[in-house]
Amino acid sequence: MSDNLIQEQIKQDYAYGFVTDIESVRAPKGLNKEVIQFISKQKKEPEWLLEWRLKAFERLQSMTEPNWQKPQYPKIDYQALYYYSAPKNFKEGPKSLDEIDPEIKKTYEKLGIPLNEQKRLAGVAVDAVFDSVSVATTFKKKLEDIGVIFCSISEAVQKHPELVKKYLGSVIPLTDHYFATLNSAVFTDGSFVYIPEGLRCPMELSTYFRINASNTGQFERTLIIADKGSYVSYLEGCTAPMRDENQLHAANVELIALDDAEIKYSTVQNWYPGDKEGKGGIYNFVTKRGICKGKNSKISWTQVETGSAITWKYPSCILQGDNSSGEFYSIAITNNYQKADTGTKMIHLGKNTKSRIISKGISAGHADNTYRGLVSIHQKASNAKNYTQCDSLLVGNLCGAHTVPYIDNKNSTSTTEHEATTSKISEEQLFYCKQRGLNQEEAISLIVNGFCKEVLQQLPMEFAVEAQKLVSISLEGSVG
Amino acid sequence: MLSIEKLNVSVGDKKILQNFNLKISKGEVHAIMGPNGSGKSTLSYALAGKDGYVVDGKILFKNENIVDLKADERAQRGIFLAFQYPIEIPGVFMNNFLKTSLNAVRKAKNQKEVDVVEFLSLVKQHAKKLGIKEDQLGRALNVGFSGGEKKRNEVLQMSLLEPDLAILDETDSGLDIDALKTVADGVNALRSPHRSFLIITHYQRLLDYIKPDFVHVMVNGSIVKTGCSKLAQELDKIGYKEFQKAI
Repeated sequence: MSDNLIQEQIKQDYAYGFVTDIESVRAPKGLNKEVIQFISKQKKEPEWLLEWRLKAFERLQSMTEPNWQKPQYPKIDYQALYYYSAPKNFKEGPKSLDEIDPEIKKTYEKLGIPLNEQKRLAGVAVDAVFDSVSVATTFKKKLEDIGVIFCSISEAVQKHPELVKKYLGSVIPLTDHYFATLNSAVFTDGSFVYIPEGLRCPMELSTYFRINASNTGQFERTLIIADKGSYVSYLEGCTAPMRDENQLHAANVELIALDDAEIKYSTVQNWYPGDKEGKGGIYNFVTKRGICKGKNSKISWTQVETGSAITWKYPSCILQGDNSSGEFYSIAITNNYQKADTGTKMIHLGKNTKSRIISKGISAGHADNTYRGLVSIHQKASNAKNYTQCDSLLVGNLCGAHTVPYIDNKNSTSTTEHEATTSKISEEQLFYCKQRGLNQEEAISLIVNGFCKEVLQQLPMEFAVEAQKLVSISLEGSVG
Repeated sequence: MLSIEKLNVSVGDKKILQNFNLKISKGEVHAIMGPNGSGKSTLSYALAGKDGYVVDGKILFKNENIVDLKADERAQRGIFLAFQYPIEIPGVFMNNFLKTSLNAVRKAKNQKEVDVVEFLSLVKQHAKKLGIKEDQLGRALNVGFSGGEKKRNEVLQMSLLEPDLAILDETDSGLDIDALKTVADGVNALRSPHRSFLIITHYQRLLDYIKPDFVHVMVNGSIVKTGCSKLAQELDKIGYKEFQKAI
């Protein structure tokens, strides 16, 4: 293959790099009390929430950024960022789909997310977040009829303050760590889900996050509550324009599962990864945590992380209820100069709690991929069980893979298992595939998809095929 | 079909094939026999286009010099190599691999790609003939396969891909007598006036079942003697020593 062709292939990699030309309203640049007041005012928030934000901001002053992670990055100038950006003609509050700016509608169509309910993905309701605001939520009415609340978190603050007040910050406290506290101070939009007692939510719920404005951080906040005996499957997707600057996405996601409830949370993360020299791309510094509060409850995280310049996140489960279980299925693909430091924390508090961790890390080009995880079994967690499997796959000679598992076991009746492998796609495997007529890219994609299969199978059907394609595209051009 | 002219193949400083010449016409079955280290496997890899060899000379396949073509391009043109040690690929299920491979080759030949239903009926038909159980098709490629299962799988792929030239690299090694017969039957079923075979083997045993038109003795990277199928039986008695001495 000639160099030109390879170049073309790499350029084609990121299909979502366009910018929507739209006028926006921004908060003044920088991070201070006034900006937080501005955000809160824009969102017409009640006094308690503004106070909550300011408390977080105050706390932030005495905190420093963590620095123990593998991927290092240049210092972020928090005063040079915008913390709120919304399309100019955007109105806060509930709106019908006809009111959406046609430019934004077009954007989502281009991204393959039709906001038109007639053209919808079968059985999927979508909340669309554009920069700092939720611009539309589909099937809201239909879901409302059966008691499901699915709306933006800003709307939930207005319409369901009792639920928001009760659960916001209950899993990720205000004081948790630098980025989580920053998010608590300046969070803008994200989704809110409440599934009533005993209901199995009949639709997939999903949020599509889009960063559009430049020099803007996105501070998503999502809160999902599954009441007793309920079930919900939720999926988020993310993309951003191609820019030379690094943009920050620092989200907080909290999940709460009560007695016998189950939450399945899937992420297909495809933020702009930067160019092949490592210029630009999103810093994806995200805090995701769920609590299995009730007995027999279950939380399952599935993530396919293919984008971002740096991915730094540990979707975690606090297994408080007896017999509760947590799962973490992850595929993290890094190509070119991308870096990932990701994994999970499973905190076993209740009796007979179970957790299962399956992590697949793939590195190509000059990329660096770290699995970091904690399995913590507390004194009272009798008969707790954990199984962890971390597999790393290397494509080429210039990339790296690291596995950093922590196990902290304080109960002698519990068991933990850890398995880890590191392998390289061998020349022999590639030759075998090529001898059967597959070209290099097809061969790598086949082998990598095989490597990831266990995790891909966890995704909701509608998205599994998409994710599989994404896995292949992310590695295009990884081998000359 | 295939004409190899003055082929030299080396790895690093080590010359493996030297001034190698061979002509195979349409429909012919050629066997290459020789002692360990004579360059037989290198010949099969060089024909299939494996990276890592320095190749000089001509390999004319269907009148096209394929020396500069990549392995996948050669495969798409109709060269098939049944591997001596088929490699394991975890997580890649046989069904999926075979379908992807078949469609890659069909696409290159401007043939219509087969869909899942067509593929399954086709693969089951072929598998049955080779005594391959259906559950094997749902397993990861060669992972945990016995020696016999691996070799049968190679022949299954050969029958699906319908190559013009099939190279069998020590397909008989590691097979018990029943498996050997099944594999040989599979190969014989594929013999046709339009398809040529190059069978690489140490032993005459396989050639009792697949009757070659020509037998070549290969020593130190060149063919030193060519004969009919009787030569194989002779070799079985006298071994390769005579030929090695001659050089």
